[in-house]
This record gives sequence, structure tokens and C-alpha cells, in this order.
Amino acid sequence: MASITLNHLVKKYGDGFPAVNDISIDIADGEFIILVGPSGCGKSTLLRMIVGLEDITDGELLIDGERVNDKAPRDRNLAMVFQNYALYPHLTVYENIAFPLRLAKGKHSEEQVTKLVTEAAATLELTDHLQRKPANLSGGQRQRVAMGRAIVRQADAFLFDEPLSNLDAKLRGQMRSEISQMQRRLGVTSVYVTHDQTEAMTLGDRVAVLKKGELQQIASPRELYEQPVNLFVAGFIGSPSMNFLPATIEDGKLKTVLGDLDIPADKAAKAEGRKVVLVGVRPEFFEDAKLVEESKRPHGSVFSATLTHTEWLGNEQYGYINFNPDPEVRELLNNLARDMDADELRPQIVVTLDAASRIRGGREADIWLDTRKLHLFDPESGENLTRDAEAGAALTEEASQERAEEIATAQEADRANGHGTSAAHGNGADDNSQNGGGKHAAAS
Amino acid sequence: MKNSSRREKIWWAVISVLVLVYALFPVASILATSFKSPSDLTNGSFLPSPGAATTSNYEQILVGDAQDLFLSSLRNSIGISLIATAIAVVLATLCAYAIARLDFPGKKLVLTTALAVSIFPVISIVTPLFNLWRNIGLYDTWLGLIIPYLSLTLPISIWTLAAFFRQIPWELEQAAQVDGATTWQAFRKAIVPLAAPGVFTTAIIAFFIAWNDFVYGISLTSTEAARPVPAALAFFTGASQFESPTGAISAAAIIVTIPIVLLVLLFQRQIVSGLTSGAVKG
Ligand SMILES: Nc1ncnc2c1ncn2[C@@H]1O[C@H](COP(=O)(O)OP(=O)(O)O)[C@@H](O)[C@H]1O
Ligand SMILES: [Mg+2]
Repeated sequence: MASITLNHLVKKYGDGFPAVNDISIDIADGEFIILVGPSGCGKSTLLRMIVGLEDITDGELLIDGERVNDKAPRDRNLAMVFQNYALYPHLTVYENIAFPLRLAKGKHSEEQVTKLVTEAAATLELTDHLQRKPANLSGGQRQRVAMGRAIVRQADAFLFDEPLSNLDAKLRGQMRSEISQMQRRLGVTSVYVTHDQTEAMTLGDRVAVLKKGELQQIASPRELYEQPVNLFVAGFIGSPSMNFLPATIEDGKLKTVLGDLDIPADKAAKAEGRKVVLVGVRPEFFEDAKLVEESKRPHGSVFSATLTHTEWLGNEQYGYINFNPDPEVRELLNNLARDMDADELRPQIVVTLDAASRIRGGREADIWLDTRKLHLFDPESGENLTRDAEAGAALTEEASQERAEEIATAQEADRANGHGTSAAHGNGADDNSQNGGGKHAAAS
Repeated sequence: MKNSSRREKIWWAVISVLVLVYALFPVASILATSFKSPSDLTNGSFLPSPGAATTSNYEQILVGDAQDLFLSSLRNSIGISLIATAIAVVLATLCAYAIARLDFPGKKLVLTTALAVSIFPVISIVTPLFNLWRNIGLYDTWLGLIIPYLSLTLPISIWTLAAFFRQIPWELEQAAQVDGATTWQAFRKAIVPLAAPGVFTTAIIAFFIAWNDFVYGISLTSTEAARPVPAALAFFTGASQFESPTGAISAAAIIVTIPIVLLVLLFQRQIVSGLTSGAVKG
């Protein structure tokens, strides 16, 4: 168990390009931190600097208050799960998991090794596969072996580099919940790299959003979602992503392609004096005007628009509105899309409607927009003009309390169930079906 | 589906048999000839005449007249090939490691040069080498053969090993370091076991090349001091001027083939896994 402090870390590769640029993060003991960002933004580099595989160009790295910049990986006592698992192909599953124990010469007797490996294997449902070679395992099982190698020794922290990116969607969801539960049960400080914002939102106590080597914002998932600091974070977090509309402000009214919108006075005040702003609207801020309760109606603004088409998903439906921005705004949106590693942003607004809504494509309809929640961004700097820092901090504080409670509950449950079995019980049914699938795949 | 796969199987079987016959017929013929007595050589049939099969050819080269010529050349062949192989593998391993893992200027040049050397016709170098070796005293010595053998074995070793090393998941080295290994432990416990089959395969290929050489062997030697088996075969004579040494040559050919066959049989799994090394993916 340890806290990790990144103090103005910089990494420059041979060509002088700063892959990681002045990043400072305080990671508390037992915290689950996610590093997220589009590919090439320096997430892996940062993780590898923490674990000691990459030299630190500048800045300080502290583990439990002790400077470890110049320590070799083996002296940092951290465990890492690599993206492609990095299992030793010539060793059996058992020996793979036992590998770190055998390296710590003299520390563990043969019986202890057997005991620790068997326990870890039981937690991860690998008991039946201990004598097999990694090449004969399914993707999910290899993933578990890699996790086993990490948990078998008393590492101070776990580091994960996109551990689920090679798995199919179903398995990914399942492993995600297992990693989350295991982290809570063990209460181990964890740093987890991903480019998948679903993983970031579901796993993290706090999420650090990186762009081109620079830290944009670090906060709880809810704060990132509700109070993003800038266009990049707002656009990167959330799926479908936030809509950005160019607008001008006149007499406290927002003039947009959707029509004039009344917005709360405090928001309008913050954008005072700017000619053009970008309005950030999440799809779920919209609703079919007919289905909005009377009490809520005054909090928003109604406009009429023609949807190009709708997609009905059962629990909700998506509608799409095309608009035609002027070239400058289009350029801005495209740059943003490039930063986020996405395809070209279509000048299209996505709205989420209630599943019961009868609005269909091609006909004009009234749509309500909750103007309390929208954000205004400065188109040049990308800064969020309407961010409420206090509300954001409160959300993150809440998350941190929840974490403490969750760890306590998980460990309580663990003690009640006897050591090392609770995670396995929690997912018993799923795991069996998955292991069965693995066997089948290996056999065929 | 099943039908077609069955037909495919039959086709494969037929083709395999054809290839085998084509490849093994000369070997079988030499084997048969090695048991013919000198007078029986021209009997016009594949096998020795009934009742006339003899091991006299083997006796001749192993314990008889040709013993000196054959056994000394066998010793030369084994020694020279082993040393050339060992040097080639060590050098090629270092070279291929650098090529696979480091980025340095001239990397392409090393590979292209190696390729150029290996396609250079041996016969055009032999005469200058002959003169050079005579002048500097390497003619008819082991070293005088080992050096040109390196020019044959090194390029192919470098290419095979570089291709092999590129496929090794080097990340394992880092994984091992994180797991608590020193740099050296990481290399020895995570990388060496994966690299070994490739190095091994390369060694066997290099050994074959050195073992099979004829041109250098006959041109750069003059006595039993360094003459390898393929060259020595040409110096066999019959028991008398009027007897052809075909039987003895065949017997010697069979004997020098045996180590190669044994090597392949013993290590075929390593060779196959070395040649299809894609299988090491973690
Ligand atoms: N060994 C290296 N040498 C030079 N540049 C590198 C090296 N590794 C990564 N980079 C560069 O550093 C940046 C960040 O890389 P990385 O940390 O792997 O990104 P991510 O994991 O977020 O996708 C990229 O621009 C990449 O090209
Ligand atoms: Mg990466």
C-alpha cells in the first residue's frame, strides 16, 4: 500500500518532443486513478515512468514520500499488467504466476509459493489451467494470468496499461467489473491507462484526462462529466459526445442555428463581452417538448427543428439534426475532432429523446432544451466559461468518501467470507461460462 | 467439405511420395552401390547381385587402405565445421541482436552487405584466396577453411537470427524487471529460453553449409592436414589402377550423411519451431 506523487514530471524522447509535459498528480493510498486520452497522448509513457521502465527527464516521482527517480523497476515494488499481457510463453500458468515469487530469492519457501499461487489462481478461477502454457489459453484467461502475476506478491501499487483492449466487448465488461471489485477488496493503489472512456468512467475514483502530454483535468468521473474545464475534456468524456454549437450572445439570449435560446442570467454574464461562443450541450439535455413535465418546462427553452432521422434503442432514442456551420467553426470542430483522435466531426447534433416520443425524421417538431446544464466555451482557448469549480470539487469530494466506504465494505465482506474467495463468489456464474468457452476454444 | 478435404489429403500424399522418391532415389542408389563389390559395379541393376553384397567398401575406408585418407578428413570436417559454426553463431547472435533491437545508422547496410556476400559466387573468390592463402601461410590449414566458411555461414545466420529476434516479445524483459528481476536475470529467464530455439536452428543450418562445402575444401587444401571429407572423396583410388573407387566413395558418402540425418531426426522439433517461430507470441 502506498501513495504515489508525480511532481512536474517531464519525459522527452531522443527527438526532444515532450511525450509527457509537466504532469503533477497526487495519488492517495488505495485510490484508483485512470489515465485517459486519445492514443499517442503519453499515457503509456507516464505509466512506464512510474514503474521505472522509462527514465524521467525532469521532475520528481515519490512513492510513499520517498524519491524513486533513480531506482530500478525491481526496487520500486510495483506490479504491472501489460497491454498484451507479456506472459512468459515457455512457462506454465503456475510458473508464470510464481515468477515474481521465485525472483525474490529466499523470501518464500516452496510451500509458501505453492500456497500463494494456488490462492491467486483460485481468486482468478485459473485453478484448472495451472499446468497449461499461455499459448493454449483464451484471451480472457491470459488476462487473468497476467493479473495473477500482479496480485500474487505484496506489491505497493498496481499499474495497468490498457489491459482490456485485446478482449471482445462482452469479456471486457466482465473483466472490468472484476478488476474493480478486486481493487476494492485488496485496497491497493492502482493506476490504470485506457483510451476507452467507458472504462475510465466506470473504474476510476479520479480520472486524469491527458492531451498531447499535458494534463487537462483530473477529477471524479462526475465532475469531468458535469464540470469539464475545457472543450477537449467536454468532448472526450461522454458517449455520444457533447454537441458543440456556435452561438452569439445578444441581450442575454443565445442566438444559435437552432434558434434563439433563453439562458440563465448567470451563464450569460460569464460570457459577457464575447462575440462568439461555443455552446456545449449533452444529448440528454434535449427532450421531446411534448413529454416534458410542466414543472420542468420553465428551466429550459423550446425550439423547433427537423430531425434527419431517429434511432430507437428501446430505453431511449437518438435523433439527429444537421446544421451548416460557417467555415471557421467547421475548422474549429475538425481540429477538436483531430485532437480527440476521432473522425471528422459531422456538423450534426445528436439529441436523446424519451423512448415514448413520436418525433420522427423529416417532420418539424418542438424540442425542449435544459438550459441550466449547458456550458459555454471560448472558441479560441477552449476554456469553459461557465464551469462551477465549487460544484465540481464537491462532486470529487463525494467520490472520495464513497471510495473509502466501498473499500471498507469490500474488506468487511472479504473477512466475513474467509480470505480470497469473495471476488470469485461474486461472479461465479459468469466466470464458469467464460472458462468453459476458453476450454472449448483451446480444444478446437 | 469432408469430401474435398479427403481428396486434398490424397493429393498431398501423392505429391509427398513423388517428392520423397525424387529426393531419396539418389541416396538409395548410393546406399545400394556402397554394398557392391568393385566387380559387381557394372551389373546393371540397382541392387548388388544376389549373394554378392559386401561390406568391403566400408572396411576399406574405416580400417583398410583408405583409412588414413578418410578418417583424417572426417576429423577435419567435424572440427572445421564445428568451429566455423560456433564462431558464426556467436557473431551472428550479437549482430542480429543489435539489428533487431537497436536503431543505428547503417543497419540496412549491414543486412544488404550480408546478402551481397552470400550471393557472391564462391568460384570467383577461390583463385584469389588460393594465392593469398599461399602467401600468408593459411593454405592447407584449418583456419584457412574456417575463414571462408564464415563468409558462407555468417550471412545466412545473421538473416535467420535477425528475423527470429524481431519476433521475440522483448516486452517480456521489461515485464520480468517489473516482477523483480535484475537486467541480467530478465535476459536469462525471459529472453534466452525464447531465443534458444532460433539460435539452435541457425547453428544447425550453418553446420550443414560448412559440412557440405566442396569448392573451398578441394581448392584450399593439399594434404590430410586440413582436407575435409567432400574433397577427400575425390582422392579415393581403387584397389588397383583398373578398379574404379565408386564403391568406396559411396560408402564414405553414406557415412558423412549419417551425422546430418541424425541431427535432423534428433532436433526436428526445435528446427521446425525455430523455422516457424511465430508461435512464440505471448
Ligand atoms: N521510444 C520512443 N521514442 C520516441 N518517441 C516515443 C517513444 N515511445 C513513445 N513515443 C512518443 O511519445 C508519445 C506518447 O506515446 P505513448 O505514451 O505510447 O502514448 P499512448 O500510450 O497515450 O498512446 C507519442 O507521440 C509517441 O510517438
Ligand atoms: Mg499506450
